[in-house]
Amino acid sequence: MESKIQYQYSPENLVKSEPNKFKQENLQSDELVINLGPQHPSTHGVLRLEVLTDNEIIKEVIPHLGYLHRCFEKHAESLPYNQIIPYVDRMDYLAAMNSEHAYAMGVEKMLGIADQIPKRVEYIRVLVAELNRLASHFVAIGTYAMDIGAFTPFFWMMRDREHIQRLLEWASGARMLYNYIWVGGLYYDLPVGFEDRCTDFINYLKPKLKELETVVTDNKIFIDRTANVGVLPLNLAINYGVTGPMLRASGLKFDLRKVDGYSVYPELDFDIPIGEGKMGSKGDCWDRTYVRVLEVHESVKIIEQCLEKLKTDYKRDKEFDPQALVPKKIRPKAQDLYVRAENPKGELGFFFRADGKSDIPFRCKARSCCFVNLSVINELAKGGMIADLVAILGSIDIVLGEVDR
Amino acid sequence: MSFEDIISLITGQLGDVIISEDENATPKAVEISAKELVNTMNFLFENDQLYFDMLSCITGLDNGPEDGSMEVIYNLYSIPFDHHLMVKVKLDRNAPKIDTVSHIWQTGDWLEREVFDMYGIEFTNHPDLRRILLPNDWIGHPLKKDYKEQDTYHGITVLHEDSLNKEKES
Repeated sequence: MESKIQYQYSPENLVKSEPNKFKQENLQSDELVINLGPQHPSTHGVLRLEVLTDNEIIKEVIPHLGYLHRCFEKHAESLPYNQIIPYVDRMDYLAAMNSEHAYAMGVEKMLGIADQIPKRVEYIRVLVAELNRLASHFVAIGTYAMDIGAFTPFFWMMRDREHIQRLLEWASGARMLYNYIWVGGLYYDLPVGFEDRCTDFINYLKPKLKELETVVTDNKIFIDRTANVGVLPLNLAINYGVTGPMLRASGLKFDLRKVDGYSVYPELDFDIPIGEGKMGSKGDCWDRTYVRVLEVHESVKIIEQCLEKLKTDYKRDKEFDPQALVPKKIRPKAQDLYVRAENPKGELGFFFRADGKSDIPFRCKARSCCFVNLSVINELAKGGMIADLVAILGSIDIVLGEVDR
Repeated sequence: MSFEDIISLITGQLGDVIISEDENATPKAVEISAKELVNTMNFLFENDQLYFDMLSCITGLDNGPEDGSMEVIYNLYSIPFDHHLMVKVKLDRNAPKIDTVSHIWQTGDWLEREVFDMYGIEFTNHPDLRRILLPNDWIGHPLKKDYKEQDTYHGITVLHEDSLNKEKES
């Protein structure tokens, strides 16, 4: 049978689609265009960087996106609100719980049931979201160390992440794309014994985190490769809309979990780590990794408090139905709403417009943190060495599923 | 600072730039005309009491061919003062054109390119207005309400299997 998909290669096609911004004939004598990617181990997904170089110095970096574009916003305009959640999972597939949480919060706000959600549901949501934040940071730090050239941390991180994935698989039935947090509740209560096994995991994890810190702070090679590389000053970070660990590494104590105080975060006790430039200047690649390492400790703190609450104040009981508030038909009043939440990688925002007549959003826009964070790469890399580009790209911690959506 | 204070500051300084207010939206929104956009945004960014230093999101929106309008929606946030504002601009659907704000907030650069790519809204004075997610010779702007996919792109069948089957049946 003849295949339906056939690419007719012709040089004119390539010229018409303009894959490069710089034309060969416009380059000056020492300049050279180098393509990094589309596939590269330091990007979680497909991304091509067009690098204009002068010998070893980077003159400009142009990211070319869209290789993974799966039309989330177009899909969202043809699906009911509750059926969009699996697509939200697939945006940042390393932190699906966090994205679900943000999305569910937005729809609940539109329906006006945001303050009626039972406390047990909220605590379970925060628990699974923080577990997922740990997993996401583990991937970020582990693969980043691998970008720099160290292999061991990657295996350590993947080993610990595996435990989290098994816990979340036990709760939701899936390893990465959970569809666990629903609008108005949860798919299911936690399985019996989850709290105890999660406590065991936290007790196992705590001594292991010391290993992690030694990798980052005591490893001379790691410090030499990352300190003073890709420095992002605070004013530039804010002007570029950079959020999450990248913004905090530049020295601003800004965390939406504290600032907006959504869900049950105001009841929990945790700190916001910021970059101090201990090994180089404030806001360099080392700071960004170190902020993630410190955030792992804070997440562990939050998880412990959630488990404590789930075992004492909001205990499991037979009457409890996590789907009690899940609406049969989601039909919000006509309104515009922008909601945001702190994802492992930064501020994830959703803009909704409901027309009040249908249960399908008129417009659903995802403001993704990775997309905005990536836009600053030219400023970070300009004037640096080609060898540092991978270190800079890795420290941004992008997931291309969310950049392209 | 409350929504009323923000409104009175804007009208006190710039006059009647606000066409309408939307208290129903979250965060509360004002509508201004495309002509006044850069002027107003500059004021919102530079005024000491407002100081909206973070442009969180730019959303494009198509009201469909019957309504004949498009919208661009800006979500602003001030980190030091912790207040929000939504700014809406309505455009003519046949010739959507608006000034760029990327010289005020550089994040506008990419966000505007995305709106341009998806809706075909032209941002005048934008430093580098190219498509961002789709290739340059792609026909049409996919998030428009009356968008029709092209059949093939460089010899690749674009239509997915469902629509191919439907074509066979009909």
